[in-house]
Amino acid sequence: MAVLNYVESERKVEEAIYNKKLLSGEGWLYTIEPGEVLRIVDVEGNQAADTLFYDADHPSDHYSAINTILRQRNIYLSTGSVLIAESGKELVKIIADTCGRHDTIGGACSAQSNTVRYSHDTLPMHNCRDTFMLQMAKFDKRTTKRDLAPNVNFFMNVPVTPAGGLRFDDGVSAPGYYVEMQAINATTVLISNCPQLNNPCNAYNPTPIQLIIWDK
Amino acid sequence: MNNTVSSIITKTIPAGGKWSARIQRGKEITFTALEAGANVSLLLYNADDTAERYNMPDTLKAQYTAFLTKGNVLMTDHGRVLASLVEDTVGWHDTISGYSTRKMIDEKYGKTTYQEHRNEWYRSGEENLMVELFRNGLTTCDLSPVINLFSKVYCDEEGNMNFVEGHSKKGESVTLRTEMDVLLVLSNTPNPLDTRNTYLSTPIEVKIKGAEPVLENDICLKHRDENRRAFENTWEYVMLTKGGIQ
Repeated sequence: MAVLNYVESERKVEEAIYNKKLLSGEGWLYTIEPGEVLRIVDVEGNQAADTLFYDADHPSDHYSAINTILRQRNIYLSTGSVLIAESGKELVKIIADTCGRHDTIGGACSAQSNTVRYSHDTLPMHNCRDTFMLQMAKFDKRTTKRDLAPNVNFFMNVPVTPAGGLRFDDGVSAPGYYVEMQAINATTVLISNCPQLNNPCNAYNPTPIQLIIWDK
Repeated sequence: MNNTVSSIITKTIPAGGKWSARIQRGKEITFTALEAGANVSLLLYNADDTAERYNMPDTLKAQYTAFLTKGNVLMTDHGRVLASLVEDTVGWHDTISGYSTRKMIDEKYGKTTYQEHRNEWYRSGEENLMVELFRNGLTTCDLSPVINLFSKVYCDEEGNMNFVEGHSKKGESVTLRTEMDVLLVLSNTPNPLDTRNTYLSTPIEVKIKGAEPVLENDICLKHRDENRRAFENTWEYVMLTKGGIQ
């Protein structure tokens, strides 16, 4: 399960109830109701959509990357993966995927981790964690940085080898590839369309994603 | 008998046990397995600002590794070093398998209750960590990926996770050196992927003493350029908040 699990969707874009282009470096926070379907399209290819999920009824219960991979005993996400919260509550299920593999080990970039990974002078550069924090600051005054947790990187390839190696590889994604997930419970989705300019995984060229929602 | 306090603190964490403590910068914490097949789930926070905590993704991607051993450092989400792994006879510590839950423990080892089993009932990592977090003013929103000391879990080419049985032996040890004031939270409970059918029965000794200063040839400082930059960020933080670097 969860390995190069290629499944196309039959949903038609003209029947969607919501359709938005999200430019790189921008954030998006939106609640999908049970049964609703969210498609994220990698419009130009090799982009990373850094995504977090929260139980919409109890936002202190955040997506758990580790509980999710533990449940399927596999570190990659694809069709069939059920994304769960820290409490074990089921949030969304991936029901279609033309990319076939998504990372949830590599986390989001931040100004501070950029200084460690690249150089101290990258501190002023735009980054995913700033995008997450701006969206959360606007969303609910009760949420704080403590509500940020390791996230999903849709379309990103972070292979782990049997010897324990980990690296960021050239993406397995391409223009028009998409992933589609259906809400099991009301779920707040937080996306940072990654602005990373220091990593070859996106050829140093962050690009837009498309967010499309159907009511079933 | 004199009344001087020993400069070394030793604790034994029994199987199923838990512990949390604030520990100052510049200490060595040595964990020793008193029996084979140990697993200690560990969380670390900046003691002065617990919103800053061990960050599994940042730690792994900066050091290009999916496991932890001697030479690695444990990084925060602020690009700083909480602690360094300065000694290790085990060679591989898991940081991608998380903690055991109450549901998992009941299903795998059989349901136990305090009423029936008294203190022999099977504790879960989830509940142990929740209690210790709450004791320190934190909540379940502060739960994050743990480090499972003494356990080895590797992934095959397809990403399937595999637990290695018999990985750590009796008497093996691992030593962390604190690089900032930390809140340490421990749960001595089974690894969620443990393939054994019996609940672990491995007590752990935790010994804490003063560490030697970090020198230029330090194995963790020299491990990668990334580690040095994380140390530099930490030293700057100590300069700003503690009035200098000792």
